[in-house]
Amino acid sequence: MSTGTTKLDVVVSDVVPVNELVTRFHFRRRDGQMLPTFSGGAHVVVEMRDGDRTRLNPYSLMGSPLDTREYTISVRRDDVGRGGSLFMHRSVKPGLEMVISYPVNLFSLDLRAKKHLMLAGGIGITPFMAQTAQLAGEGGNFELHYTCRTASLGTYADVLRERYDRRIRLYHDDRDERIDLDRLLSTQPLGTHLYVCGPAGMINWARDRAASLGWPSEAVHFEHFAAPQPGLPFDVTLAVSGKTIRVGEQQSLLEAIEAAGVDPPYLCRGGVCGQCETNVISYDGKFIHNDHWLSEEDHRSGCKIMPCVSRFEGRSLVLER
Amino acid sequence: MGITFRKETFRDDFTFRNSPEHIRRFPFPFHEDAYMYAVNIEPHVVGPKGSVLENLIDVDEHYVAEMQDRALVLAEDPLRCQSLPHMTLAGWDLLELLMEQQALGYPEHFTLTRDGDRWRWINRPLGIDDTFTFGDTSTLPYGPMEYITRQSQGDFCILDQRDGNLWMDAGMVTTQADWSLDFDIGMNFFEWHAPVPLAHEKGIFTRALKFLTNIQQGKPARRLNWTMTINPRLDTSPENYHKWGPDRTTVTPENVGDKVHLRVELQSFWRLPRSNGIVFPIRCYLIKMDELVTQPKWARRLHRVIRDLPEELATYKGLTRYRPTLVEWLSRLDDGSVTSPGFGPD
Repeated sequence: MSTGTTKLDVVVSDVVPVNELVTRFHFRRRDGQMLPTFSGGAHVVVEMRDGDRTRLNPYSLMGSPLDTREYTISVRRDDVGRGGSLFMHRSVKPGLEMVISYPVNLFSLDLRAKKHLMLAGGIGITPFMAQTAQLAGEGGNFELHYTCRTASLGTYADVLRERYDRRIRLYHDDRDERIDLDRLLSTQPLGTHLYVCGPAGMINWARDRAASLGWPSEAVHFEHFAAPQPGLPFDVTLAVSGKTIRVGEQQSLLEAIEAAGVDPPYLCRGGVCGQCETNVISYDGKFIHNDHWLSEEDHRSGCKIMPCVSRFEGRSLVLER
Repeated sequence: MGITFRKETFRDDFTFRNSPEHIRRFPFPFHEDAYMYAVNIEPHVVGPKGSVLENLIDVDEHYVAEMQDRALVLAEDPLRCQSLPHMTLAGWDLLELLMEQQALGYPEHFTLTRDGDRWRWINRPLGIDDTFTFGDTSTLPYGPMEYITRQSQGDFCILDQRDGNLWMDAGMVTTQADWSLDFDIGMNFFEWHAPVPLAHEKGIFTRALKFLTNIQQGKPARRLNWTMTINPRLDTSPENYHKWGPDRTTVTPENVGDKVHLRVELQSFWRLPRSNGIVFPIRCYLIKMDELVTQPKWARRLHRVIRDLPEELATYKGLTRYRPTLVEWLSRLDDGSVTSPGFGPD
């Protein structure tokens, strides 16, 4: 159905509660074949058939890239989100047949790095599960700093400690433990690359400190876990396809365009990859740009929008789709 | 029924020829009577039976001879094959891709058997039967990229993707049209395309890079490129310019049909799964004018394309010296009638 990526027919082979917020899902290929090989940091887009709605959410692959008999993802339940994670927690059971995309990697390791320094916050740990497995298999040099709210919400912290011992450092908010970031960043060997995945505040903090301490931006990699935000409903006219559609409160503009039978390209569905970039033909109102792709100038110009995460409030909006 | 591999040379006595079936399957690159750059990229999907697109990695009657020529080039100049240290994983990706595709398309010639990490590769045309451990370079006679590209037609550039750009950090390049891996290695997409005229102004490279960095696993893409070569030489590298450059002064009205070759590159682009790199195979097809003009549509159309080619492009492609002779020779085969749409012969 989509111009985004090639699809895989899978069956849910296991559903494992990890802690009070996180559940792990295992997928195998319906035809019994191996799944495609992937690289640490890759995600798949999971299609959820929720009544008459199709939700498409990206989740990092967290298994080892060295073993593709199954894929595993971990989903953190978000009780105030748009419902994708709740659907996964409530309705996805072993045996369910689902469709997922081929892996896409927008958070790739830089294999030139002398050392890989990783910072994870909360559910941002998932891409590092695969990256550490990949690096450990190749004898790569890495060190992971992982902050979580409490020990019981330290998803996979025990697994990581057991696998990698002192290469893993844990920080618990409820014990006021905090990464000494300046010291960490200023004592790394030359050629170290930094990888950050977690809440936006953490990413901004790490990028900002790294820049202040003279880290080259090419050595700083980050992945946002930006889900589309809900908002007021609005109407959009699609000039090329000649359709007028309504974007619901809990729906993204991209989802509404897809539901209208138009098939725009996408990869990340999180405002970072640039694939779904769309030209604005005319508008009367205000954009709520939530993406990390367009420049500030693009945002101000009113000429472009990323429909996967951005919204609109106002009287009229015409897009070139 | 297997392929009958030709015994032929791409140097010295130049015995390279296309069989009649191979003339008809030649990837003629002009869909209309004029040529200008375009981002002519399309999905690399399997095409009609009997065409060069019947399999995604094409093996043809020139396979054995081309591999022998590659070995000669490498013996003289090992720098035609280079891989920066961080590209070894991408080399394994490429080995898997080429072994899989060749075994899938030509089971009578190639067989791949896997038992976990223990792989066995049989290449009958080249008399190879090797067992090795996937991922363990010490179990192969060469690095993974060199091992498999000594057994695969075409050049291979492996590109690392980082900072929103592509970097030519590994490759096997022995059949190139006047460029050098040794010169380009470590350069990014804009750096290695810097010498190309006209296309920068049109924003073609910016758009092409955006497309390429979004190439997805399981969805390869392709395009055709072309130039001309005097004598059927595969190795027209800058390093060997002194050998092939002077050939361009040897074209006469009498020998055009035998000496002048259309050189078409089928370039494909694949996302590599383990390394997240992109591999860019450049498969070179040669056809001499005498063979090409056996298809009257191609003769007429090529006449018009070469005659009307913008001067900058003719210079960049190195045609200047012999273009008038070639156009004059082709003009006699152009009766002025309309050519049919599409690439294929009538």
